[in-house]
Amino acid sequence: MVDNNTIISIRDVVKRFGSTVVAVNDVSLEIKQGEFFALLGPSGCGKTTLLRMLAGFESPTEGQILIDGEHMEGVEPNKRPVNMVFQSYAVFPHMTVHQNVAYGLKVTGTPKSEIDDRVRESLSLVQLEAMAARKPDQLSGGQRQRVALARALVKKPKVLLLDEPLSALDAKLREQMQIELVHLQKSVGITFVIVTHDQNEALSMADRIAVMEQGDVLQVAPPSELYEYPNCRFVADFIGKMNLFDGTVAGIKDGKVLIRVDEFADQLSNLVLPHNEHAKGEVGIAVRPEKIRLDENEPEDQQVRLKVKVTEVVYYGDESHLFLESTGGARFAANLKNEARDTHAEIVSGKELWVSWRPEDTLVLSS
Amino acid sequence: MSRDRVNPLDYSRKTWMRLCMGFTFVFLYFPIVSLIAFSFNDSKRNITWQGFTLYYYEKAFANAQLHEAFLNSLIIAATSTTVSTILGAMLGLSLYRFRFPAQGPYEGMVHLPIVIPEICMAVAMVAFFATVNMPLGLATITVSHIAFSIPFVAVVIRARMAGFDHALEEASYDLGASQWQTFWNITFPYMKPGLLAGALLAFTLSLDDFVITFFTSGPGSTTFPIKIYSMVRFSVTPEVNAASTVLIVLTLALTMVALFVQSRSQGNQHG
Ligand SMILES: Nc1ncnc2c1ncn2[C@@H]1O[C@H](COP(=O)(O)OP(=O)(O)OP(=O)(O)O)[C@@H](O)[C@H]1O
Ligand SMILES: [Mg+2]
Repeated sequence: MVDNNTIISIRDVVKRFGSTVVAVNDVSLEIKQGEFFALLGPSGCGKTTLLRMLAGFESPTEGQILIDGEHMEGVEPNKRPVNMVFQSYAVFPHMTVHQNVAYGLKVTGTPKSEIDDRVRESLSLVQLEAMAARKPDQLSGGQRQRVALARALVKKPKVLLLDEPLSALDAKLREQMQIELVHLQKSVGITFVIVTHDQNEALSMADRIAVMEQGDVLQVAPPSELYEYPNCRFVADFIGKMNLFDGTVAGIKDGKVLIRVDEFADQLSNLVLPHNEHAKGEVGIAVRPEKIRLDENEPEDQQVRLKVKVTEVVYYGDESHLFLESTGGARFAANLKNEARDTHAEIVSGKELWVSWRPEDTLVLSS
Repeated sequence: MSRDRVNPLDYSRKTWMRLCMGFTFVFLYFPIVSLIAFSFNDSKRNITWQGFTLYYYEKAFANAQLHEAFLNSLIIAATSTTVSTILGAMLGLSLYRFRFPAQGPYEGMVHLPIVIPEICMAVAMVAFFATVNMPLGLATITVSHIAFSIPFVAVVIRARMAGFDHALEEASYDLGASQWQTFWNITFPYMKPGLLAGALLAFTLSLDDFVITFFTSGPGSTTFPIKIYSMVRFSVTPEVNAASTVLIVLTLALTMVALFVQSRSQGNQHG
């Protein structure tokens, strides 16, 4: 069953701290060679713990970890074919940039001539050649992070582990580094495993994302699948913005499911949706804000439509985010593109609008 | 006229604050300054100023007993500084690093020598040496000095390590270094200013210790402070002042060297 392409395989791994804290709860994952893999989840869900088990700083209470087909049990961090970029960067303060990058080669006895070449190559990869002689306190946060990257990459690891590498950077630099990291990963071809609690970061960078919550991996999928087809309420709510409602399956007719949503009941007796295997008993009904169409008049062509009142408008320049409420009490978030200069001016609190969406854009989630 | 306005936090420009500072300086330094001044006094009884001379310095430098006492002090201080710095550093490091059962009580006990009266420590030492049948002399003084210096070094090292980013050690380990390499390449350079400060503290503590040394010394193991004490009991001549002045200059010089080294290493490694 082991695929030659698999570089990391995590099998039924459990990590407990003491007898009460379960940081990682029976996780199984396969990460492929050359993949940009993200571990995404809220604070305290066990992402760092899982990453530290890969690096060897923690050992699993149960289960196995294989890296490139080899069991990692009892293998010390300095003997593993992986390297880590720490959240605090952990750049050695008393060494120059060059010495920092050379460190990992020097301590393992690499010949001096080879060290210089590889350090130069690695520094050019992160565009820091000009700063080789500087000390870390003469560098900006972004540059320090590049040192940490170069220092790990110079070891030519099979997997690079990154723990929230961008969280200490300001918003602009973070966006730029996201792009650079992706380029870097594609050019060196090394598998990256990145930990983040920022869904935008994960969506924009990763090839595949594992969403974690309280020690469990809930869904592993490429970004677009995760966004469009979340498999549970937590993932639907955690990734992006979502309008979520409670519903009950009222019946199945002609390959369609009928779902009753109490908050819609005054206007829509049943939602008629394409058949879905999750549609059993109590379900969650979800629709993304950007999938919602806004009209001033009743849109006759849409099957799912509700009359609502604007309760709040948040202006973002290119878009306005509207908060809406139906007479039955259903609350919606919807996005309005400010296509014309005066679009936003027409939408004010208290205005009546129609929301509508396509039945096939509705998600039915098992509770 | 904004020059004359005093900001709320401009304490150094407030009259009462300046008066306090003035008093403090006088109380702290007047005795020392007068001690140094009277070491140049051309008077055997050294009560009133009689004129400038370097005679008593010559006399002090020619005093063989003073020489021997000074040499003893240096030997004791050097040995106890070396040993207590190494042991204290290891202690401070393990207190910072490891969590073990009964750590709280253990830490309290480690710091005991700092707080208990010196005289109690001295009596305890003498009693101890008597039980193990160790004759009092240079060795017993040195052992005592090591014992009371260790906690001071440990406290200094522990305070230094509180600012250490443990991820640095993990990064080193992750990059392929062994634990040993990690200690010498990463942890030790960070500890260095703390080691220097601790060693200096141990050295000065040892050099001018009187109570414990007095109790644990034996025949032929007179140290500099004890020698000066016995000279004072005989008569307060400017020679005593001269010897003390030499000690002051020596300690000052050492402190300055240490501060200089520390500031340079801080400039280099930002920590
Ligand atoms: N050494 C430890 N001892 C005890 N509990 C721990 C230890 N390390 C982590 N935990 C617990 O394990 C859980 C997961 O921690 P972890 O650091 O993996 O979370 P995380 O997903 O990285 O969160 P964050 O986004 O805040 O960094 C937390 O509840 C945490 O309190
Ligand atoms: Mg974390």
